[in-house]
Amino acid sequence: MNYHWNWGIFLEPVKSGDETYLDWLITGLGWTLAVSLTAWLIALCIGIAVGALRTTPSRLLVMLGNAWVELFRNIPLLVQMFLWFFVAPEFLPREWSLWVKQDMPAKEFITAALCLGFFTSSRVAEQVRAGVGSLPRGQHDAALALGLTLGQAYRHVILPQALRIVIPPLTSEFMNVFKNSSVAFAIGVLELTFQARQMQEDSEQGIETYLAVTLLYFICAFTANRVMALIEARTRVPGLIGKPA
Amino acid sequence: MIEIRNVSKWYGQTQVLKDCSTHVAKGEVVVVCGPSGSGKSTLIKCVNGLEPFAQGTITVDGISVSDPKTDLPRLRARVGMVFQHFELFPHMSVEQNLVLAQVKVLGRSAEEAVARGAALLDRVGLREHAAKFPGQLSGGQQQRVAIARALAMDPICLLFDEPTSALDPEMIGEVLDVMVELAQEGMTMMCVTHEMGFARKVAKRVVFMDHGEIVEDAPTNAFFDAPASERAKTFLSRILHH
Repeated sequence: MNYHWNWGIFLEPVKSGDETYLDWLITGLGWTLAVSLTAWLIALCIGIAVGALRTTPSRLLVMLGNAWVELFRNIPLLVQMFLWFFVAPEFLPREWSLWVKQDMPAKEFITAALCLGFFTSSRVAEQVRAGVGSLPRGQHDAALALGLTLGQAYRHVILPQALRIVIPPLTSEFMNVFKNSSVAFAIGVLELTFQARQMQEDSEQGIETYLAVTLLYFICAFTANRVMALIEARTRVPGLIGKPA
Repeated sequence: MIEIRNVSKWYGQTQVLKDCSTHVAKGEVVVVCGPSGSGKSTLIKCVNGLEPFAQGTITVDGISVSDPKTDLPRLRARVGMVFQHFELFPHMSVEQNLVLAQVKVLGRSAEEAVARGAALLDRVGLREHAAKFPGQLSGGQQQRVAIARALAMDPICLLFDEPTSALDPEMIGEVLDVMVELAQEGMTMMCVTHEMGFARKVAKRVVFMDHGEIVEDAPTNAFFDAPASERAKTFLSRILHH
């Protein structure tokens, strides 16, 4: 391989300015974390609610929940980014539309976080529905028989059990959020992938750049995995899974 | 206390309850028995509205279960239910199982609910297990906790849906002992069970169901000594001589 390796490149200043390439990557990592964590929060809140709705006796609620899931999981994430960024503002009332296009602060970040959050929420909803469905019907009956309302039954009896069951698939989703956040570069969020492309063009040291970025993404996803494993261990029910404590 | 009048229910084309009528007076114990698939569990779940029914009426303490205006959660809070598979909440300790509905439904303070729960655990002989989780208890212990959980709501009557069918034989006794004690204290009880010894001991009447129908509804002694229908005779001979 005829390549001029230069691992010191990260500490060198960029061509146009007094920052180093490392500063670029740190900025990128910051935006990647911001987009991913915001999106994950949105995905959990909406996903749990929509997933729960899809298991209620109300046909209307089930239909609404199903529509949400199908809408967001059948369109490629990249296309969804473009839809929210370029198309959605056109359908707002004129003044709002103008504001979104011209004055909205952190427009790229907000769009990316919402888009990734909605997309991921459809996947969380699907898992929560499966988790609720896997509980014995008697749990639901026992909760109602005690006089709990359906809402209280979900809050105190059904969801706490269903969420424990779906922690392993939710872990994959949490990891996916970090990886999927790279799509946000397409609408101009200054996240890791965006910074990597910029650094590659500016420094012409593409291999070092992408190896470094690969490592950073790996650390993010792996940390997410460990955090979820910790939550799984903390919420384990004595006598239910594994050996009694 | 419990009035069931002409109740019919269908699952699609299949009629699972056919014009069922019976009643349980205050302080009475009524045992419902019959072969599996006869509709007895379905009927008892209609009493607190866990199963909807198409025709007929059920009233508990004068309140209609199927009336859309009835506040079902409020009615259910006064009707205790014990299930075949216990249905304790596995993610909560025994104490939390006893406290949850007292606090959320009856609005009791946490201290009051814990004290009431502890007294009832003591009564079913499980005081030292308050901090354990259901998965750490035997089936018989879980069912006794389930009875205590129902009692914690100070119910006006109790429904039992095959409370001993999922238990190992050596644990059936401890659960029946608690049920007999409740009956002797005058608790109104409707029990789906195959425990004929229990029925003889405490039941005022026995209701025999087959294919969704109430075939017999007779005073306990009359039912055991001289069942009127062939179906009840066959059922009794099978269940008593196995």
